[in-house]
Amino acid sequence: MTTPVLRVQDLHVHYRTAAGPVKAVNGVSFDLAPGERLGLVGESGSGKTTMALALMRMLEQPARIEGGRVLLDGVDLLALSEEQMRRIRFDRLSMVPQGAMNSLNPVMRIRDQMIEIFNAHGRHPDKAERRERIGHLLERVGLKRDVADRYPHELSGGMKQRVCIAMAIALRPQVIIADEPTSALDVVVQRQVMETLGAVQKDLNAAVILVGHDMGLMAQFADRIGVMYAGRLVELAPVRQIFSAPQHPYTQMLIASIPSLEEKRLFKGIPGVAPSLLNPPSGCPFHPRCPAAFAPCPTINPALEETDAGRWVACHLHSEAVLHDSRA
Amino acid sequence: MSFQYLVRRTGTFLLVIVLAVSVNFLIPRLIPGDPIEDRLTQLSATSSGGASIDIAATAAAYRERFGLDKSLVEQYLNYWWDILHLDFGYSLANYPETVGASISAALPWTLGLVGTSTLIAFVIGSLLGGLLAWPRVPRALRGFIPLLMVISAIPYFLLGIILIYVLVIVARAFPAGGAYTFGSTLRFDLNGIADVLRHATLPAASIILAGIGSWALSMRGMMISVLGEDFIKLAHAKGLKQRRIFLWYGMRNSLLPQLTSLALVLGYVVSGSILVEVIFSYPGIGYKLYQAIQSKDYFVVQGIVLILVVSIGFALYVMDLIYPLIDPRIRYQQA
Ligand SMILES: Nc1ncnc2c1ncn2[C@@H]1O[C@H](COP(=O)(O)OP(=O)(O)OP(=O)(O)O)[C@@H](O)[C@H]1O
Ligand SMILES: [Mg+2]
Repeated sequence: MTTPVLRVQDLHVHYRTAAGPVKAVNGVSFDLAPGERLGLVGESGSGKTTMALALMRMLEQPARIEGGRVLLDGVDLLALSEEQMRRIRFDRLSMVPQGAMNSLNPVMRIRDQMIEIFNAHGRHPDKAERRERIGHLLERVGLKRDVADRYPHELSGGMKQRVCIAMAIALRPQVIIADEPTSALDVVVQRQVMETLGAVQKDLNAAVILVGHDMGLMAQFADRIGVMYAGRLVELAPVRQIFSAPQHPYTQMLIASIPSLEEKRLFKGIPGVAPSLLNPPSGCPFHPRCPAAFAPCPTINPALEETDAGRWVACHLHSEAVLHDSRA
Repeated sequence: MSFQYLVRRTGTFLLVIVLAVSVNFLIPRLIPGDPIEDRLTQLSATSSGGASIDIAATAAAYRERFGLDKSLVEQYLNYWWDILHLDFGYSLANYPETVGASISAALPWTLGLVGTSTLIAFVIGSLLGGLLAWPRVPRALRGFIPLLMVISAIPYFLLGIILIYVLVIVARAFPAGGAYTFGSTLRFDLNGIADVLRHATLPAASIILAGIGSWALSMRGMMISVLGEDFIKLAHAKGLKQRRIFLWYGMRNSLLPQLTSLALVLGYVVSGSILVEVIFSYPGIGYKLYQAIQSKDYFVVQGIVLILVVSIGFALYVMDLIYPLIDPRIRYQQA
């Protein structure tokens, strides 16, 4: 197996609120191979955005990274100084924002918003070269070169998101994080933008972490899918197996809830409410909603374990250890 | 900037001027009674000598002299003619000084004092407000916020009185009033300039101190909402330096509404800062206006009001023309 470009190990992020710490990311670990496309799904509030921001070290008050490691090419990002981290952003670890509508500075031309990326990272191409590179980047995301001279309000939502992708790949990063990059766009434009993202990702051989809700989009885009629940990664597996043979009961319900055209039936949601991250349930956080819960579930929190080659799941139903261990 | 935009804004500005001049012309003429006959009756009643004058004949003579015997339309056209030649008539209180001369003697002092102080207050206040909203600023600076609120709540004239008490009466560090040492002639050498600056310091300080607070508070509010925008997050993700994000993303966007307020305030500058000028007996427009109102010098009041309206209109006009250059989104807006 190739060495992973990004390793996340036992990451914990809390929001320190007056009512106590909200454990938004609660011990997440995974590896990301170079050029891999990892999809992250999970219901609203499961901590996907919080984790994505933690990887970029862009969390704001009251969020705090309470523990864990984020190794990019073996270097722990959480141990770097703020200035060292600043240099890594966009250069090696970049991001496509969610809100395409106002992710660009309204008073600056696209060209200037791209030039400043080069400048901030100590690349000072001369004027002609800069022009050429910006033009080339825009063409690669399917835009005309003269878009560089426009202001954001003169572009459509899809065009703005393409500009954001062009910026995200400007310095040829190793990892691109995209948190619901198309949720503000209509379906047709969504597909086009995702295709663009996929194409440039392949060119660069950059790894992508795509956060989203749209299982259809995920199925088309991702190589592997990680399922988050209550701040934890509960299942991680190649995309085909997630859809054909999900192992975690939550994943199974998630897949079952996808409406299909062939079969018209009553829309099936997942019963029960999302758990409080302030006082998460004891044991497995999913046990109150889990139809298959049994003896160990309310007390012991299952660890993420490899069940088959490349398949990881955090569930007592699939765990060997719990049958032997009485305490975890 | 589109030609249409320019034409429309210029049209609006000219319309404001025409309306202001017309209102200025009409209002005194709407007052019932004949001002000349009234004045003459008043004069003859108070004059101790028994020499009675033929009021009707004298009034007719004066009316002819002031052009008041002509039709309203003719008077109106004449009024425009005079205005276009910057002729606002005579000061009643200081006859035969003209209103024009009276105002132009006061205007430079006001522009220098109030204009400069307003700009200084704007720059310092906006910068401070921006910094106060910036999360990575030393906590000590945050302590300023309540202080600013208090200062901006103190009326500037009260601040002036406090400054006079502390620095003039107690410390004797500054002159109490005037624009330059009384009795000396105004000279453009080093001593002369130093003298003018020394006289301007306290009134300027009271205007600046009072202004900083409100500029800072409104800027801070704007900055906080701008810093919550998505483009600020992306700016951080891009790995831009803090200073660049602060200036080009935060300040640049927060300043837009501030500039509109600044244009308005600058328009008001020509009316001077009445209370400050009065407290420091500073020979600017504000002081002049105060005196004119006291002595019922209508023509001077009228002249100042007219200039005020025109300059506010002009400031907003200039702002409208500049705004598309600083906010590209305005360019195509049809308003
Ligand atoms: N500023 C905050 N203060 C306190 N709690 C917060 C704050 N921001 C987020 N949270 C909590 O952290 C948890 C994770 O939020 P996050 O935004 O990461 O979820 P998400 O998986 O991205 O959801 P979505 O799919 O809706 O985008 C949520 O339960 C939320 O209530
Ligand atoms: Mg989210």
